[in-house]
Amino acid sequence: MANRKPTVLNRRSLLTGAFAVSALGGAALARSPQPPDFDPGNRFRPDEADAPAPVTGERYVFFSQEEAALMAALLDRIIPADDLGPGADEAGVTFFLDRQLSGGFGAGQSYYMQGPWSSGTKQQGYQTRLTPAQLYRTAIAGIEKHAQAHYGKSFADLDASQQDAIVTALEHHDVDLNGAPRDQFFSLLLTNASEGYFADPLYGGNRNMAGWKMLGFPGAHYDYRPYVAQHNKRLSIPPAGIYGGPAWENGK
Amino acid sequence: MPRMLVLAVTIAGLCALAGSAGAYPRQSEISRGRQLAIAADCTACHTAEGGKPFAGGKPVETPFGTVYGKNITFDKDTGIGTWSEDDFWHALHDGKDDEGHHLYPAMPYNYYTRMPRRDVDAIYTYLKTLPAVHKQNKPNDLSWPFSWRWLMTFWDWLFFDKGVYQPQPQQTAAYNHGAYLVEGPGHCGACHTPTGFLGAPDRDEALRGNEVEHWYAPSLTEGSHQGLGSWTSQEIVHYLANGGNDRTAAFGPMAEVVADSTSKMSDQDLHDIAVYLKSRSAPKHQESDGGKPDRGPMSAGHRIYNAQCAACHTQGGGGQRGQFDSLKGSGIVQADGPQSVVHVILTGVQAVHTEHRPTAPAMPAFDWKLTDGQIADVATYIRNAWGNRASPVAAGNVADMRDAIGAKAGP
Amino acid sequence: MSGTTLPAVDVVLVGFGWTGAMLGQELVQAGLKVLALERGAWRDTSNDFAVTFAQDELRYYYRHALFEEPSQGTITFRNTPSQHALPMRELGSFLPATGTGGAGVHWNGQTWRFLPSDFKVRSHNEQRYGALDPDMTVQDWGVTYDDLEPYYDKFEYLCGISGQAGNLNGEMVPGGNPFEGPRRRGYPNPPLDMTYSPELFRKAAHDLGLHPFTAPAANMSQPYTNWLGVRLGQCTYCGFCEKFGCGNYSKSSPQTTIHPVLLDNPDFELRTNSTVLRVLTDSTGKRATGVLYVDDQGNEYRQPAEIVVLCAYAYHNTHLMLLSGIGQPYSPESGKGALGRNYAYQVVSGVDLFFDKDKVFNPFIGAGALGVAIDDYNGDNFDHSGLGFIGGGYICLWNTNGRPIETQRVPPGTPKWGAKWKRAVAENYMSSASISTHGAVMSHRSNYLDLDPNYRNIHGQPLLRMTFDFKDNEHRLSDYLTDQAARVGKAMNPKQVHAKYRKGNYSIVPYQTTHNTGGTAMGADPSTSVVNPYLQSWDVPNLFVMGASVFPQNPGYNPTGTIGALTYWSANAIINRYLKSPGPLMQT
Repeated sequence: MANRKPTVLNRRSLLTGAFAVSALGGAALARSPQPPDFDPGNRFRPDEADAPAPVTGERYVFFSQEEAALMAALLDRIIPADDLGPGADEAGVTFFLDRQLSGGFGAGQSYYMQGPWSSGTKQQGYQTRLTPAQLYRTAIAGIEKHAQAHYGKSFADLDASQQDAIVTALEHHDVDLNGAPRDQFFSLLLTNASEGYFADPLYGGNRNMAGWKMLGFPGAHYDYRPYVAQHNKRLSIPPAGIYGGPAWENGK
Repeated sequence: MPRMLVLAVTIAGLCALAGSAGAYPRQSEISRGRQLAIAADCTACHTAEGGKPFAGGKPVETPFGTVYGKNITFDKDTGIGTWSEDDFWHALHDGKDDEGHHLYPAMPYNYYTRMPRRDVDAIYTYLKTLPAVHKQNKPNDLSWPFSWRWLMTFWDWLFFDKGVYQPQPQQTAAYNHGAYLVEGPGHCGACHTPTGFLGAPDRDEALRGNEVEHWYAPSLTEGSHQGLGSWTSQEIVHYLANGGNDRTAAFGPMAEVVADSTSKMSDQDLHDIAVYLKSRSAPKHQESDGGKPDRGPMSAGHRIYNAQCAACHTQGGGGQRGQFDSLKGSGIVQADGPQSVVHVILTGVQAVHTEHRPTAPAMPAFDWKLTDGQIADVATYIRNAWGNRASPVAAGNVADMRDAIGAKAGP
Repeated sequence: MSGTTLPAVDVVLVGFGWTGAMLGQELVQAGLKVLALERGAWRDTSNDFAVTFAQDELRYYYRHALFEEPSQGTITFRNTPSQHALPMRELGSFLPATGTGGAGVHWNGQTWRFLPSDFKVRSHNEQRYGALDPDMTVQDWGVTYDDLEPYYDKFEYLCGISGQAGNLNGEMVPGGNPFEGPRRRGYPNPPLDMTYSPELFRKAAHDLGLHPFTAPAANMSQPYTNWLGVRLGQCTYCGFCEKFGCGNYSKSSPQTTIHPVLLDNPDFELRTNSTVLRVLTDSTGKRATGVLYVDDQGNEYRQPAEIVVLCAYAYHNTHLMLLSGIGQPYSPESGKGALGRNYAYQVVSGVDLFFDKDKVFNPFIGAGALGVAIDDYNGDNFDHSGLGFIGGGYICLWNTNGRPIETQRVPPGTPKWGAKWKRAVAENYMSSASISTHGAVMSHRSNYLDLDPNYRNIHGQPLLRMTFDFKDNEHRLSDYLTDQAARVGKAMNPKQVHAKYRKGNYSIVPYQTTHNTGGTAMGADPSTSVVNPYLQSWDVPNLFVMGASVFPQNPGYNPTGTIGALTYWSANAIINRYLKSPGPLMQT
């Protein structure tokens, strides 16, 4: 009956924010600025995995309905549906982008956003005051205006060849994006489309791991040792994301 | 920190000498007492986290409520400063405090009773040399009727097998010494012996494995699937001394036992423990066929395992010597109770950190990313792959464990 | 001055990446009380880059989870002194680390020794080829390969480098790099197993009479226990090394080689989320008294110490010295001053190879330093007569990864979007490979670091200003290497070879390498160096500077092996000479 509580696992080794790591006694650290709450033999914090939370919900939270329709059509021209795999929208790229733009990425949270502002050279990179979210919103309005001006229709309602003509114009920086930097926008668009098509499905894109299946990429598989020496051989490792996939379900 | 050079704890039981150690404490007596206190792992319950040594306050969960380790420093008001050597002997030998009240068997006096008077006195002498700490004991938090201390009379009457360890003359000195440490101060059975009605140890099944606080303390007998049958004596010694061997690392509650107790014991003591454990025959009922697992869970479990677990434990289950545990042939993986396997998959766990094994790698938690069914499948797989054999694990087992230990909800 | 004054320590380390951990361990073993101040957070394997979620290309590469965010502090950049520098607002060309373990967490593990001639780049090249371009500010290091050899060895055995020796005490060993300096013993671990595409490169290079070898790797080819007793697991070729932490303890990092022992030492203390603002000096300016740092609550502290060691990222070391007013800032006009001088980088290019579909490379089976290299065109391993440049670089077919956002090789002429692009990506993923060239950058009169007059970080301090461009030497060198790489590539018989020459000005935008070097150059002449050959400040003898900021120019290899060797070399001088008699280890 002498049960033992597994205290090793219950120790909270680290506090959030500032902490000190020390094997010194409490006395020596009593005057130091941070708590000496660290046990070097117990560096693991069992309940504090820095794990990513999957995106939730189905509705768009950043894009308006019109913006979403335009983006879905635009992304489907960047990555069209064909026999290799679904188009971008079906693969969740629009949804992915919506969640990205509504979060820290869209807010340019990690960017240096202090002035003074100046356009600079191409080699000096991103110099717009617009956050990625603002850049998209501004550019989308510009694209829609362009579509209306040239075709009298919304971009989303144009046929594929008309849309392609506008994408080509975007690529050549020939579409006025309401003042948003045209080169920045187009290169960001291509990067984000690719991210949405090939990133882990937990971010809302790459639905059914369609992007990975198209390439033959097994995803978050962690051990390829048995295959290293199998040169020039097509492998059939079922893809799995960070949150698994059909291969991890019983009965598949 | 260098591992303390220590003397082997001698079996006082083999000596004719009994009674008080003498008029004044000798250095050798103090250090013998310290070694016995280490072997008895007094600190596990009597030193609170971050607290002064032996000043009590450590919560010990039991199925009947929480018991708090008492202050056993020699403070006159709050500790055992007024206790005589006889009082201390009665506590360890008879399970009664200085006023004759029954102790709760959370205090493993049913093991300490195997210690002869001379060893108990040595611990007393040692404790007396430590700084007295003024710290009030925390009242226990037990559910009725277990809060009625007098009921322990009946527990003792029913289950308490009092008496000093009696060496078996036909056995070697090493065996007898090992048996004494395991059955007495080491109180290994407190976790590793199955318990029955009211938490009483089932002596016929001694050391054959038991569930302890959402872990499974595996069999320490000679079983081949469960148990230490395939371990060499040297592997047992390495495990206890360093917190791990080429097969496995100590984790969970055993990590603490290694850190506080066995890693500080002498090689001779550990060797003798190994001799004794290697003599314990496997239970007859062991190796029972828990039923062949279904194909579905095994193949899903296999795919999860290869994608996620094999990076450390390898696709053949053999792990990496001295770094990542071998699951193949592991007693704890194939234990009757899957608690430890499920617990570890849910919350992750860190190997114990000792001087000889400083790395202390940690297995991460899977609670946030695998469903109950997936964990059940992968647990079933590792319990039955590579020649392993054990009962399948059901999703319900995982769900219960998740609740019981407060693990994160699954995806 | 602001700040609570804290109890003194023997040594304060500014930054707790590779050099901080190595030096911390050496100095506590020598009996000193050591405090490390790390501006980032505590990070360890199974919480922060566990096998359960480490393989997240979006998070770690494209959203830069392990790096210093420009919002907290960045640099300003321009190509030439006449331009107006602008802030690097988002990460691109290089990725400075933050957090415990530093760049040691997210590196690939490509672990090289520099060539003996690399340490004498001025005297060696002048002797062989005559006078150098007067604008090239290259200099000898003041330390030789032979001086460093024992310390290279020590670092390699700390890490458990997998590789094949080419020169054992002067004896050439088949299969190794025949151009390397002599080594006292082989690598601690055998070379990694090799995937298909690097083997094709090996064969082609060999058939051309070149000398291919399996590149040295900090990815474990087998389980390893280092001389501190810390164990590493075997690499699983998961393909998530660079920009990622290793989830299964199989890539050498401070976490997997030093932390478990160092953090257990009672003489060592680490404070995270502690950003050092400057080094404090006494009234003479000749002695460091400690550092001023700020925690993440904005509280400032003065931490006194007998010895201050800068172990931050390369350009942060320079930045700190500029902010502390230690040493004379470099002026490109006058050429005077050594602080900020000799900033250099790496010039890289690639050759894409496209094969028929019957070649299946499975690029996702990779490791950060998995590859086959040739060193025939590195340093002065070949005759530069008439080539118009000095130095060189290695050429390697790395199989680091097949991460799908990053691995989109398409033949030249493929559109950047649409159906044709998609098809090209899908068809070439399994059957293409790239050869990399990894060229030296020679320091130049107009490439340097100083304080920016316009932009500030979150602590209100001026940002560091980087003025840098590739010069003629780099362009010629890189074109030459690219030609050689393309020649090997053609010999591999792909259906198409695309040599991507490095053209135009250096750009801060696309990722190239995180091999920023110089700014606090080492040398034997105080007028052209900030630290002496023992990495001790000429101006403040109880201040030492670790890391690639001491490189006087950047040879054609990844820097970490040499950073490790220099750190142990300096630690030896501190422990065996400086502590016995504190003061300058070399007279001016």
